[in-house]
Amino acid sequence: MSRNLLLGSVLSSLVLLAALMSFVWTPYDYAELDIPNKLEPPNAQHWFGTDHFGRDMFSMIMVGARTSIAVALVAVGIGMALGVPLGLTAAARKGSWLDEVIMRGNDLVFAFPSLVIAILITAVFGAGAINAIIAIGIFNIPVFARITRGAALSLWEREFILAARVAGKGAARISAEHILPNVANLLIVQGTIQFSLGILAEAGLSYVGLGAQPPTPSWGRMLADAQTMVSFAPHLALIPGLAIIVTVLGLNLLGDGLRDWLDPRIRVARA
Amino acid sequence: MLRYALKRLISLVISLVVASVVIFAVIEVAPGDPASFMLGVNAQEDTLAALRAELGLDGSKIQRYFNWVGGMMVGDFGTSYTYRTPVSQMISDRLWVSLPLALYALTLSTLIAFPAGIYAAARRGKPGDLTVMGVTQLGIAVPNFWFAMMLVLIFAINLRWFNAGGFAGWDKGVWTGLHSLTLPAIALALPQAAILARVMRSSLLDILGEEFMRTARAKGLSRRQALWRHGVRNALIPVLTILGLQFSFLLAGSIIIEQVFYLPGLGRLVFQAISARDLVVVESVVMLLVFAVITVNYMVDLAYAAVDPRLRGRS
Amino acid sequence: MSLLEIENLSLTIHETEILKRVSLCIGAGQIVAVTGESGSGKSMTALAVMQLLPNGAKTEGAIWLGRQNLLKQSEREMCDLRGAEIGMVFQEPMTALNPVKTIGDQVIETIPVHKAMSRTKASARAHEVLSRVGLPPDRFPLSRYPHELSGGQRQRVVIAMAIALRPKLLIADEPTTALDVTTQAQILDLLKGLAREYGMGLLMITHDLAVVADMADQIVVMRHGEVVESGATIDLLNNMQHPYTRKLFQASGHQVSLPEPPEPRPLLEVKNVVRDYRLPRNSLFAKAGQHRAVDDVSFTLNRGERLGLVGESGCGKSTLTRAILGLEEVQSGEIRLDNQPVFAGHKPNPAVRRKMQVVFQDPYGSFNPRHRVARLITEPFHLLESPPTGTERQDRIAEMLTAVGLSPDDANKYIHEFSGGQRQRIAIARALIIRPELIVFDEPVSALDVSVRAQILDLLAELCATYNLTYLFISHDLSVVRTITDRVMVMQAGRIVEQGETEQVFSSPRHAYTRTLIDAAPILPGIGANVA
Repeated sequence: MSRNLLLGSVLSSLVLLAALMSFVWTPYDYAELDIPNKLEPPNAQHWFGTDHFGRDMFSMIMVGARTSIAVALVAVGIGMALGVPLGLTAAARKGSWLDEVIMRGNDLVFAFPSLVIAILITAVFGAGAINAIIAIGIFNIPVFARITRGAALSLWEREFILAARVAGKGAARISAEHILPNVANLLIVQGTIQFSLGILAEAGLSYVGLGAQPPTPSWGRMLADAQTMVSFAPHLALIPGLAIIVTVLGLNLLGDGLRDWLDPRIRVARA
Repeated sequence: MLRYALKRLISLVISLVVASVVIFAVIEVAPGDPASFMLGVNAQEDTLAALRAELGLDGSKIQRYFNWVGGMMVGDFGTSYTYRTPVSQMISDRLWVSLPLALYALTLSTLIAFPAGIYAAARRGKPGDLTVMGVTQLGIAVPNFWFAMMLVLIFAINLRWFNAGGFAGWDKGVWTGLHSLTLPAIALALPQAAILARVMRSSLLDILGEEFMRTARAKGLSRRQALWRHGVRNALIPVLTILGLQFSFLLAGSIIIEQVFYLPGLGRLVFQAISARDLVVVESVVMLLVFAVITVNYMVDLAYAAVDPRLRGRS
Repeated sequence: MSLLEIENLSLTIHETEILKRVSLCIGAGQIVAVTGESGSGKSMTALAVMQLLPNGAKTEGAIWLGRQNLLKQSEREMCDLRGAEIGMVFQEPMTALNPVKTIGDQVIETIPVHKAMSRTKASARAHEVLSRVGLPPDRFPLSRYPHELSGGQRQRVVIAMAIALRPKLLIADEPTTALDVTTQAQILDLLKGLAREYGMGLLMITHDLAVVADMADQIVVMRHGEVVESGATIDLLNNMQHPYTRKLFQASGHQVSLPEPPEPRPLLEVKNVVRDYRLPRNSLFAKAGQHRAVDDVSFTLNRGERLGLVGESGCGKSTLTRAILGLEEVQSGEIRLDNQPVFAGHKPNPAVRRKMQVVFQDPYGSFNPRHRVARLITEPFHLLESPPTGTERQDRIAEMLTAVGLSPDDANKYIHEFSGGQRQRIAIARALIIRPELIVFDEPVSALDVSVRAQILDLLAELCATYNLTYLFISHDLSVVRTITDRVMVMQAGRIVEQGETEQVFSSPRHAYTRTLIDAAPILPGIGANVA
């Protein structure tokens, strides 16, 4: 097991554990106001200090992890569930009008960065975690479609696929039986990377108010709240920021580690 | 070359048309009537009708779509629901902040990333490479808006080298303008530079494994000469793709960064418009952003052809 | 005094022993061929002379170029020697040139690097060497890019680069392995001529013994990083000392005897088949061009017959194969197997597919790495209406693995546990498992070392006797086709230009192209009586 893989899985599981734990236990109620004890720096009672309403930052970070992970995970799920079949289809029908339509559609979605999609959706339907998920998820579809197609195309050229065709197997069956298992590693690695990008995107969206709405805590909004107080209470900004960094760093290391472990030849698209 | 450019141009136009239809359709399904939103519930029916006509809200959907697209082509983006001023005027004011910011950041990002990536690839596995890889690993994990807040804390609040926010404008000279965009540009550029440097490094490493690099060495080129003369240009091909994508991320990123620095750019405009339900502004800004992204990608395609003769073709 | 002298060269890469006390020497104007199978260390020997070894390489011994020991030169001194004193030509002309630079720039580049002459003189020299290698600049301007040239032409550019400064020593690492046989002959002639004309020493690395025998003054045979035998070509060929050398030469000229084919009864009938591909359009408004890959091809393959198909790359043999296998539809003409069309309507006909199987060239790409051998070789069962199950299935797997010389226990292994030759055996087992009427062998031995190739050819001959195989054997290697087929067809530019009894065609070819092919193929000389 490489250092990347080890460090990555430790950091990621730490965050995941905190998120899961928050369902059953947090040191304080994350929504409980305690004005007399507001803006306390980290101390023995409040490990990460308190915010401007005296809420316990550690509890908020734990619950915020839940929000971040849920949004990013579902968004990756959407991207995979739609993107992978599209990519497989495009590769199986290479050069056909279907391939052309799928790939042009991909290019088009790429022209709408997730923030722009989020702006559009929010402008029409209002802000919220669901809309953040959709915005990030839509943007993930072409990412998965593109890498699946790319990897599948080179597999279709391989002789074992020709042998399967000579054995009378159709495109759908070959895609499921031969192509998908051989791109699975790539998808796992890319999924990890998209997960980390999803965490970053969710933070950005909630920072500008397009993500999860109060009272649901989210790291991005904690940062937005901290902004005016950063000069006299820097821990308000430092702690959620470090939480994001640890999570994203952990997932990236996990992705790189998985890649080296599963197949060093995998190329990851990073955008 | 011309044929290639034309072909890409056609697909650019198709993309723009489809994008505009999508944006128009999404805005169309928005609930509520802007005119009654603006005038309040007690408005007279004839005043409402007059306002609708003024805002171009009467007529069929198809007609309105063509009015909107036709208007944009001559620079008319409609009239803001809330400010009753031409949207084009509002956008062009803001564009003078957002566009320089994105370009400033792109320049910084490229200037940092290319040397760092090339340096790391040339010293693969050595301490220099490991340092670059470690720093960039951290760099891609940092959210740019948080980084921006830290920059403000250090360089504006504590050291007082820069203002914590606001934009001085271009009237007082280019330097004053650039100075107030410097922290935002750094905040945007560094995380992107981390990605770009890693892409540059891995792309260059791929090229270094190619056989023509060995041919170059067999001619008597030193490792360094071979890297610069034969490696870098080939490595640029995948890097260009990322560079194109990064432009759209920088544009989107600048929308968020503007919030940190209170910059009067497109981002501020679009968030004000969202809270005021000024949909015509949202629609136009989004279209503009998408237009910018698609156009930049078109230019990237052309840049490919400049770098890679195989795409040019000869007829 | 010799030009290059390698003395007891040993090489380890990351502690793995690659070369063991290799010695050889080359005189001016002399051609020395280093030969051996994969893993013999022949290419590493060449790279050691260039000092372009991979990271982690440690060398011992000495490589003398004149009075300089190359192993003791600094990297900077080596840069001065490479290109000026030693030139090198590589195997893959398709990837040996930088795709984004013109051929002129790449040829000229060698000169200023060594500050050998002025810019105008350098350009004149580039013109001169390109003309010398057969690419006169009036027909092949210096502004061409590599992708605008064919494989053979690119190899000429690589040679021009290597000889631009008239090095004393030219190293050629499998320079013709990736090329067609007629192109190979031209490139070999060119190299031979250059060595004689410039008095260069030529160190030629090749696995092809026919090439070796054809052009070398001296032969060095290597195995597992050691020189097993070396000597002047004629002496060595007539008096092989080492058993490995004998084995190698025997395997290269390996002959098999096939059982007599039965009375001709047609099995596969190909009638007037045409397959066109659409070319990318040249201008936006011009009509798309067409490339006729297969042009009015007709032939019959009889039951129990072994038919060969030879031709150079791009002649259409792959397209024809794909059409016969029902992987691609043809524009016109008809392909019938056992009187049934391969394509029914626009869909492949399952009744015909059931009667055909295929073995491909690449032993590494032919299997899904995630499946076990049992699953791999039973894949064609998909074609059967009621595939065998349970013990019957197990028995069939065991029978097939045994038939191809493997053990029934191998069924539970993954493909990466097998060598290239074993993989081709598994591929044959997969093709045979549904007892097809026809097997298409698409270059089945081209990727194998000669000794493994000989074993696979033996296996095929054996299977012909036990299973009455009928097959179409596609190959670019004339010597293989000559021994493993009854009848042969020669294909050129989409057409079958000649067909007939294999021996007949080879001994008295009628078509000019067939003659060109046969003349171009280097021949392994009849090996002396003392071989056996």
